[in-house]
Amino acid sequence: MQISIYRFDPDENEAPRMEDVELDLPEGRDLMVLDVLELLKAKDPSIAYRRSCREGVCGSDGINMNGRNGLACITPLSEAAPRGKLTLRPLPGLPVVRDLVVDMSQFYRQYEKITPWLVNDTPPPAQERLQKPRDRDKLNGLYECILCACCTTACPSFWWNPDKFVGPAGLLQAYRFLADSRDTATAERLAALEDPFSVFRCRGIMNCVSVCPKGLNPTRAIGKIRTMLLSQGI
Amino acid sequence: MALVTNVGSFGRSGLADFVLQRVSAVVLGLYALCIVGFFATTPDIDHAALVGFLDSLTMKAFTTLALVALAMHAWIGMWTVGTDYVRRHYFGRGHTVYLALYQLVCVGAIFVYVLWPLSVVWTVGGP
Repeated sequence: MQISIYRFDPDENEAPRMEDVELDLPEGRDLMVLDVLELLKAKDPSIAYRRSCREGVCGSDGINMNGRNGLACITPLSEAAPRGKLTLRPLPGLPVVRDLVVDMSQFYRQYEKITPWLVNDTPPPAQERLQKPRDRDKLNGLYECILCACCTTACPSFWWNPDKFVGPAGLLQAYRFLADSRDTATAERLAALEDPFSVFRCRGIMNCVSVCPKGLNPTRAIGKIRTMLLSQGI
Repeated sequence: MALVTNVGSFGRSGLADFVLQRVSAVVLGLYALCIVGFFATTPDIDHAALVGFLDSLTMKAFTTLALVALAMHAWIGMWTVGTDYVRRHYFGRGHTVYLALYQLVCVGAIFVYVLWPLSVVWTVGGP
């Protein structure tokens, strides 16, 4: 199989380059892209990428495969490269540390902005804060985010304003806490999102929905945040 | 950073921009329907027919409202485009100067596009 992989080592190279590699793959198996990376690394140990759980849970191996963000460990080759040539690049829009490894500080800074923890000023009960089943159901489709950054780094609004637009992953989590019946900081959370950039820079492009490896819908969550802001503003 | 956020936003919130852009779009849509309706239902369109149509106080007020809506809609849209593309990444350290210049040109153009038709609408025909 023909593979083209993004190579960049800031200590060694002045500029990044694409390296073409010919790789023999085992017959009769649809490997995951992570398996291909492992084979590539066996051939050239200098290739750098992140990986951990290898089953789509940790979110470490988010990369760009033939122009589409996804998790290498759960993306089969037949899906990533149906025409036989595989091009691997780091997630777009973030600084490259080395090869496929990106610096995710900006992504985490935006995540931190949305206060990603439960806020409740009332005295805690003896055991735990309970929810009705229908309130708990509101968190479905929100809590599953693994912060792999595939959605945020596929979003042009994040590319243009990474320091000001929270991005789809952060906003999905913002709505996760806004929708939580146990959280008492709704007004403060909404006030922090009301500026022209944090939420309103979303143009509804929906790349986030298209690439999310967990099948989540950040655009819908952003729409619900806007509705809450409107309800509060009116 | 705060400078880029605040330049030209006149202190408005994202929510206000969001609502204004949609309300102004509805006004412009209704005005466009009104104009298309006039052209579709008037058999012989000449200067006199157009003046007669725009000369009523209702149409003058509606045209004024549509022009104000156009100004708001255009400003919010152009401000958004500017803050997307006139960035340090492309324009270097002086990008805020380029952004201010860009916004000055936009405001100037919007003034012309609003004031000129307003002067036409309120001076053509009878007072």
